[in-house]
Amino acid sequence: MMDIGLSHYLGVGALLFTIGVFGIFVNRKNVIILLMSVELLLLAVNINLVAFSSFLGDLAGQVFAMFVLTVAAAEAAIGLAILVVYFRNRGNIAVEDVNMMKG
Amino acid sequence: MLIQAIAFWALAGTAVLSALFVVIARNPVRSVMWLILAFFSSAGLFVLLGAEFLAMLLVVVYVGAVAVLFLFVVMMLDVDFVEMKQGFLSYLPLGGLIGVILAAEMVLVGMAWRVEDVAERVGVSATPEGVSNVEALGALLYDDYAYYFQASGLILLVAMIGAIVLTLRHRTHVKRQQAHVQIGRDRKTAVEMRDVKSGEGIGE
Repeated sequence: MMDIGLSHYLGVGALLFTIGVFGIFVNRKNVIILLMSVELLLLAVNINLVAFSSFLGDLAGQVFAMFVLTVAAAEAAIGLAILVVYFRNRGNIAVEDVNMMKG
Repeated sequence: MLIQAIAFWALAGTAVLSALFVVIARNPVRSVMWLILAFFSSAGLFVLLGAEFLAMLLVVVYVGAVAVLFLFVVMMLDVDFVEMKQGFLSYLPLGGLIGVILAAEMVLVGMAWRVEDVAERVGVSATPEGVSNVEALGALLYDDYAYYFQASGLILLVAMIGAIVLTLRHRTHVKRQQAHVQIGRDRKTAVEMRDVKSGEGIGE
């Protein structure tokens, strides 16, 4: 309890990842919360990378966490831009109704 | 050691609880606020792990840019937030089931898992002694990972161009500045000479 090891941090990462997946399944009407859930997933992955990097004494994990951060920022920007365009065309942001492109 | 343990449990609990509230909050604005809290407490966890630079990066990039972007979009879109939560209860069993299965899988993996002794020796870039985290990370990033660093810059550039191209629109009936027309004016088109008769003024 008082001795914090690698598995404690991995546990936090696992919980955050589970909550992110749960959020993706539960919020079907709101794409914004879906994007936030994806951010939570990436945060969980980052916690894992940094925890392993710290406990194994290998800095490569932190470098890769930085790249994950970059991709997450790019993904958020593109996702929100698509969301704004979608809202302009449809007037709502429910992901259930995304079937305009089906062939 | 005790203070470290207390800090870990406080930060971890805050991170997990605020992540949960991100998912189940009724109002998306509150979701964004909980997301900011989750990022802040994760940054605290990073500081505990000795990754100070990533902690600051998390605060600056995530809280300062991404979360504000989310907040901006949430407030810009004019949607009915009450109607949005209506399917919540019907999706709850499936989502909860999948969450429980995923958590159980991770717990099972976590219990049957240990660090091999050779793992210490196969590290690709060991943490140098006596150097601050930022300095070590910078040396590694600009040296071994320089091409990846360039590639991530390219990703950000493409994302920026993509976001601009997606959201830019030219509306009709909106007057815009046309620099070339302004600069291209000469005396003939700009000034008109008229002979005004006394007491009549210009017509029109």
